[in-house]
Amino acid sequence: MNPDAADGAPVVLSARRISKSFSGVQVLFSVNFELRAGEIHALMGENGAGKSTLVKILSGFEQPTSGEILLDGQPVKLPPNGQAEHLGIVIIHQEFNLAEHLTVTESLFLGREVTRLGVLDRKFMRAETRRVLDQLGSHVDENAFISSLSIADKQMVEIAKAISRDARIIFMDEPTAVLSREETNYLFRQVRKLREKGTSFVFVSHKLDEVMELTDRVTVLRDGQWVKTAPTSILDGEAIAQLMVGRELSSLYPGKQEPSVDEEVTLAVSGLTTHYVQDASFEVRKGEILGFSGLIGSGRTELMEAVAGLRARLSGEVTVRGESVAGGDVHAANRVGIAYMTKDRKHKGLLLNSRMTANLTLQSLDQHGKYGYLSPKSEAAALERARRRFDIRVRDGRVVAGRMSGGNQQKLLLAKVMETEPDVIIIDEPTRGIDVGTKQQIYHFISALARDGKSIIVVSSEMPEIIGLCTRVAVMREGRIVGILEGEEISEQEIMRYSAGLKKRTAA
Amino acid sequence: MTASEDTVETKTRGRSWRDVDLRAVAPFAALALLLIVGALVNPNFIGINNLANVATRSAFIAIIAVGATFVISSGDLDLSVGSMVAFVASIMIIFMNSGAIADPGLMLAAAIVLTMVIGGACGLANGLITTVGKIEPFIATLGTMGIYRGLTTWLSQGGAITLREPELQALYRPAYFGYILGVPVPIVVILVVTAIAAFILYRTRYGRHVVAVGSNADVARYSGIPVNRVRTIAFVIQGLCVAIAVLLYVPRLGSTSATTGILWELQAITAVVVGGTALKGGAGRVWGTICGAFILELVGNIMLLSNFISEYLIGAIQGAIIIIAMLVQRSLVRKS
Repeated sequence: MNPDAADGAPVVLSARRISKSFSGVQVLFSVNFELRAGEIHALMGENGAGKSTLVKILSGFEQPTSGEILLDGQPVKLPPNGQAEHLGIVIIHQEFNLAEHLTVTESLFLGREVTRLGVLDRKFMRAETRRVLDQLGSHVDENAFISSLSIADKQMVEIAKAISRDARIIFMDEPTAVLSREETNYLFRQVRKLREKGTSFVFVSHKLDEVMELTDRVTVLRDGQWVKTAPTSILDGEAIAQLMVGRELSSLYPGKQEPSVDEEVTLAVSGLTTHYVQDASFEVRKGEILGFSGLIGSGRTELMEAVAGLRARLSGEVTVRGESVAGGDVHAANRVGIAYMTKDRKHKGLLLNSRMTANLTLQSLDQHGKYGYLSPKSEAAALERARRRFDIRVRDGRVVAGRMSGGNQQKLLLAKVMETEPDVIIIDEPTRGIDVGTKQQIYHFISALARDGKSIIVVSSEMPEIIGLCTRVAVMREGRIVGILEGEEISEQEIMRYSAGLKKRTAA
Repeated sequence: MTASEDTVETKTRGRSWRDVDLRAVAPFAALALLLIVGALVNPNFIGINNLANVATRSAFIAIIAVGATFVISSGDLDLSVGSMVAFVASIMIIFMNSGAIADPGLMLAAAIVLTMVIGGACGLANGLITTVGKIEPFIATLGTMGIYRGLTTWLSQGGAITLREPELQALYRPAYFGYILGVPVPIVVILVVTAIAAFILYRTRYGRHVVAVGSNADVARYSGIPVNRVRTIAFVIQGLCVAIAVLLYVPRLGSTSATTGILWELQAITAVVVGGTALKGGAGRVWGTICGAFILELVGNIMLLSNFISEYLIGAIQGAIIIIAMLVQRSLVRKS
């Protein structure tokens, strides 16, 4: 930590009373933010708190609805589409903007290639790239192809790119989400080096320990409002977690119903390992809703896809009611009653150009006729049932899925998954991108399914959802299950502690 | 609750004639337009004899294009069909010339079975190279296109392969020139093949899988559909359709050469696209494909009967048609 470095340093970028609405929905409410020269400033908040929106506004990718931005004390209107780069403001995205087929040098000079007499001056560009990488202390080969680099090195190339464009202000959105501990340390060393030279960083992260370790000041947002800005040194992880949460749970959720302890175990996973997930073990009982919490990239989806046969497992066993399930075989998983509902309904869940019927029955065509024949009558009846059961409200039953609202799409996807008559239902992000009314309905569907004796796993990044629905919560971090919480333990603070790495599984 | 739902349903039905899918109707509208144009150009054109003739001649492309509808609906492409016709036909004639079976009837039956097997195997090869080999279908079938063509040239030693046995010829001739209930055999075959294909595509699990894989392979995979198997089978169906086309082609000329079936892949793909199937997959229209094949043949026929345009330009016109069809398809998608 370096508390004095930035103290009293001039403010390079500040935002005053920034508000932002997207099609009538306000996501930022009069937020203030201030970045000093040579400081690393953490921007924290839960999912949906407005961090990303603020970052986009401060880097010119979005324009504020009201409020003003000052660069070096002068009000500015930041140009759109990354042109703010010319002002020294660079954003390093979570998904990198690097073309895999280019070399490091080519990436660094993309769009501003140096030429001599109209011919690319490759020698000069290589030397310059080397110089910038050396300055960063990076050993990345300037002639290597981007595709051959590790994620940490790609990040380093992004930073080198930023520096070579004379960036003074660098936004990093969850830079460590995909890095190992070692790679993270490496990144932090480089960031500190640059700070000494006066570069300012805005560091968006969920990981409390990293924020404590790296940053000079912290700004916390909650529900689109500015909550607090303070030097990191006077805060601790607990205090930040408290600031981020501080909200009552509403009555969105139906009452929880804990299954009795001697209820049959439906799904048992033991020692499951994939390329990323390490040694995951857990059980779900009949009628239970088990939550999976953790940061983005903590391996929850990968684990669930491995359980559902969508992804190969390297080792470990999955059993349903004692019957072992073959790995990497969706059909086998379906047959024993495991169904996985993807979080990516638009790309992996629904055929957007097909009608509701084709979508609904896609996974369960066997039920609608013998020898491969499909009975239109039987399918129509299934649609009628599903529309009633899941309250799918569309004016025209023949509408294609892509034209339905997000809420109706989600209900259709849930109906599609339920058509396979599963006993174990894994729901990944049950309410992503849908309105609050439909959210509540979905929560009640989930609760009703559990009461019917289904075993349910809810994977969610929205903590209130996990806390409101689940009777047990597993927390994942960096590919491992680091804790399974029950009863009183289930609180945002506690989950945050586990997912940020402040706490680990107490009992084995 | 039920009452209100019923009214919604009635409303839907009452409105349905207006929001018919334009893409499904467009090829038939184009066909009607062509018939009118043809009638204006030459009164003989509209006669039943001429039209039956056109339909008969469209049989090869139509049947191949039915197979192509499956491949394209599942998101792939098969460029090798023209070469495959030449290759499969060569094998069939060589086998019939071999005299391996003395009885002409048995010989013909065996030759037909062999043709279907070879056609299916050629399709299977295309499918496996594309799916197991994970090679873009465009490249994979460009390669097999060269292979099948080259093998034909080698088998024929650069010349022609001709069916020699007169007895077999006589026996086999009606398969192209005969009539069933007054309808030329090729037209009957087109209708039967198309009806079976339409049933498979619209009324079976496999057909639904084809459309799902073509419209979004990820969704298909997440729904437990064996994506690669579905794609491979589509290529096999294409191979079988090519074989059926060969069964009609051989009795017609009784001979093949290295130039048999050249540019048929262009015509087959054009027929599919003109018929309203999306080239990027996900929507198959079998009857539209047949309509497309008929349109292609009609255009050629009109050019022959009229004196405005040289018939040597037929290839250029067919090339233009596929481009126009794509433009029309896209504008219809935007509107809907």
